[in-house]
Amino acid sequence: MKYLFHFGRYLSMLRQAFQRPQKQSIYFRQILVEMEKLGLASVGIVAIISVFMGAVLAIQMAFNIDTPLIPSYTIGFVTRQSVELEFSPTIISLILAGKVGSRIASELGTMRVTEQIDALEIMGINPAAFLILPKIVASMIINPFLIAMSMLLAVGGGWIAGIFTGLFPSSEYIYGIQSFFHLYDIFYAFVKTVVFAFLIASVSAYNGYYTKGGALEVGEASTNGVVYSSISIIFMNLVLTQILLA
Amino acid sequence: MIEGKNISKSFGDRPVLENVSVILVKGQTNLIIGQSGMGKTVLLKCLVGLLVADQGQVFYDGREFSKMSFNEMKEIRQEIGMLFQGGALFDSLTVEENVMFPLSMFTEQTLPEKLERANFCLSRVNLENANKLYPSELSGGMKKRVAIARAISMNPRYLFCDEPNSGLDPPTAHLIDELIREITLEYNMTTVVVTHDMNSVLEIGEKVYFIYKGKIWWEGDKNNILQTDNPELQEFVFTSELTKKLRPVKRG
Ligand SMILES: Nc1ncnc2c1ncn2[C@@H]1O[C@H](COP(=O)(O)OP(=O)(O)OP(=O)(O)O)[C@@H](O)[C@H]1O
Ligand SMILES: [Mg+2]
Repeated sequence: MKYLFHFGRYLSMLRQAFQRPQKQSIYFRQILVEMEKLGLASVGIVAIISVFMGAVLAIQMAFNIDTPLIPSYTIGFVTRQSVELEFSPTIISLILAGKVGSRIASELGTMRVTEQIDALEIMGINPAAFLILPKIVASMIINPFLIAMSMLLAVGGGWIAGIFTGLFPSSEYIYGIQSFFHLYDIFYAFVKTVVFAFLIASVSAYNGYYTKGGALEVGEASTNGVVYSSISIIFMNLVLTQILLA
Repeated sequence: MIEGKNISKSFGDRPVLENVSVILVKGQTNLIIGQSGMGKTVLLKCLVGLLVADQGQVFYDGREFSKMSFNEMKEIRQEIGMLFQGGALFDSLTVEENVMFPLSMFTEQTLPEKLERANFCLSRVNLENANKLYPSELSGGMKKRVAIARAISMNPRYLFCDEPNSGLDPPTAHLIDELIREITLEYNMTTVVVTHDMNSVLEIGEKVYFIYKGKIWWEGDKNNILQTDNPELQEFVFTSELTKKLRPVKRG
């Protein structure tokens, strides 16, 4: 019952948000501002996590296939597949849900409890369209770039790991990451990324937008924003994988 | 003129307003007074549609506001200036950006034009040299003054002020009262001021509603409020040592 209520209100928030904006020029500027706040600010953390996770994936793979029956270029191939199909689109999206989601929820929550959202409304501005839509659009534009960067850096991280540990030859790894390449996998990864970006921005915005109370509740909204956007990512991951890969 | 008819509002099973009717006249300052927690802010929010009343109607110059959809409300709202009790300034914008914000959203003015208007509004609230500061860098009273400047930047037809001079020193409070009265006359606005400051009541109370226990307990103006024989209003009016001296001597 409670979930139905929230889902209904979430949809009605989205309906309000997807309305023709008051003034196009301001709206486009808002998108750029959000792209910087939500995207550029995440480049560092995404880069670090990707390089290290790629390295770990490759090293684990090298230990696991410690038999001459399996060619060592498999390490490159499997690392690339894991990164491209799951690690970058899903795990990095979950990281972004933590970083970006809490930011969106607490920003909107604070605006709500300090009556800034009421102030927008009283001016005759649609607060949902003004505040939420640019965040959703900005995330859907910038996240694919972050994920693409993550893929490259993670695969690169695996290569560096090989050089430093000497567990597998660099040339084999490079051969591996180029083999059995399917464009469809990339398509699958980016569809997931875009859907997850939408979920991160909209679900955490929902949690912030309807905050009631004070500073305490803003903190709660921020936590809930992360929790529920993560859960929705995990759930949609299953659904999309069924639809796109089955 | 703004007319509120039989407005009732409760939160849960706790009634805050019961059948409140007010007529807020154009070109004069209408005051809503009452003790803390009596529902003044709730009434204001019902009038501007931020809270949906359980019952009752609101008319803006004959247009039935309470029946309108969000998009229809937009038009009237662009004619409303509102000062929130807590200021409600946009944290991410500087003082001048806050004041220019409505202009950027609703007019095609160039930046110099908007700046000029913003500076004019800021000078009217006696706030110069704070243009580039962010709300977090302002004192409480400065925030209030910026919020007033933002509320009047679009030359609203309807001005709502929730405690415009709480937290201000007496000279500044006086200045804000003067400003509110001046612009009300100058632009023939319908102005509604919520306050519990007796100084303001005696200065600008051209029409005064006293709210008590969710009802309009008394209505009048600054000229007859001191002669009231309503015990609850007397208690409200004659609390301070200064006003006690103004209390009419009981005859009989
Ligand atoms: N959103 C809300 N949810 C529940 N109760 C509320 C809400 N807003 C106001 N109230 C209650 O309504 C009553 C009136 O509140 P209101 O803010 O209108 O008081 P006020 O007259 O403006 O007081 P003050 O002078 O202190 O600002 C209070 O008892 C308050 O607890
Ligand atoms: Mg109040």
